[in-house]
Amino acid sequence: MTATLIEHTPAVRFRDELLRAGLLLATGVDGVYGRAERFDAVVEAVEKLIGRRAEGDNAELMRFPPGMARPAFEASGYFRTMPQFVGTVHCFCGDDTDHRRALECHALGGDWAEEWRSSDVVLTPASCYPVYPIVARRGPLPEGGWLVDSASWCFRREPSLDPVRMQMFRQREQVCFGTPERIRAFQTRWMERALAMFADLGLRAATDLANDPFFGRPGKVMANGQRSQRLKFEILVPISDPERPNACGSFNYHVHHFAEAHGITLANGEVAHTGCAGFGLERVALALFRRHGLDAASWPVPVRAVLWPSEA
Amino acid sequence: MGAALVAEIVVKAKIRTLLERLGEFPASPEALRDDADLHAAGLSSYGTVELMVAIEEEFGVEFPDTLLTRATFGSIEAVAAAVSSLVGAGAAAREEAA
Repeated sequence: MTATLIEHTPAVRFRDELLRAGLLLATGVDGVYGRAERFDAVVEAVEKLIGRRAEGDNAELMRFPPGMARPAFEASGYFRTMPQFVGTVHCFCGDDTDHRRALECHALGGDWAEEWRSSDVVLTPASCYPVYPIVARRGPLPEGGWLVDSASWCFRREPSLDPVRMQMFRQREQVCFGTPERIRAFQTRWMERALAMFADLGLRAATDLANDPFFGRPGKVMANGQRSQRLKFEILVPISDPERPNACGSFNYHVHHFAEAHGITLANGEVAHTGCAGFGLERVALALFRRHGLDAASWPVPVRAVLWPSEA
Repeated sequence: MGAALVAEIVVKAKIRTLLERLGEFPASPEALRDDADLHAAGLSSYGTVELMVAIEEEFGVEFPDTLLTRATFGSIEAVAAAVSSLVGAGAAAREEAA
């Protein structure tokens, strides 16, 4: 009975369509997929489109691998507020005896990874996280603040049958440093840009006040605080389920959280404020496949022209 | 001085002590008025969570979901009102059970 219910959710039907079409490749783990060339070409086009919309901002480009330094991760406080999403990198640090024990344990059906120890690398939860310590190490911000255009593979431990909820995915995220006024203006500018961009892509999108999925009862206080201060907005698009739109991007004002955590100051020595505007690239691609069909070659000409202007 | 007023003064003093112990609260709780905005005084979002946990331990209460809001921890007065309502509710429930 349960199996029947699962099979008939819109999310599972959409995932099956994507797998049958060969756009996503199953790995045996929910939320971890291989990408076919036809899927990745759309992800790449979406990322370049975001880059074109940011042209003229003169942001500093930073690109990151999927892992970040553990001390910077710890300073961010992420594991205190959203421990349920965290993925740490564990490595083998033993000798021959430990290795033998791991192999014997595995042969007996045990967990060989018990011999592994946590390393100084943590999987990056959002593209902006590795940016803050780098900017902090340079000393006070220049007059007028700073702007970074970051991209990274990200990890969040939330296995799901819904293809929209991937555990490993890519983000393109603008990160703004400066005064509160600068951050609020940046947040508004990117919400307007996002609405225009999604309209150009033929996607029905709306922005809304949001909160992060903070963990546990304490998380309820944090979520309430985030909403009452209007710190987080999302752009929502129907993807797997037309009745339940998914966030494809978020526009966040962190007040001085990251600046205090990493020691980032304005040119005048005051604690800086920060904000970020990020897009989940796979989600935007999935929204496009859902709206315009699984064959990108047959998408409406105006949509293709927005994604691949050189072909137009 | 009435018993209720004494209880209120004790609760507020305990809340100030807990604020003082928070790692991330820059202001001096003794210098804060009862109605001063704690968030404006530097109580961070995580500091709010630490205060919530500390209060639950100190007073042996559990905030219901409806009180898990930023406003509940907006001032010493607001926190004291929430604590009094929970302690009062707990005492009433114990009396009823007895």
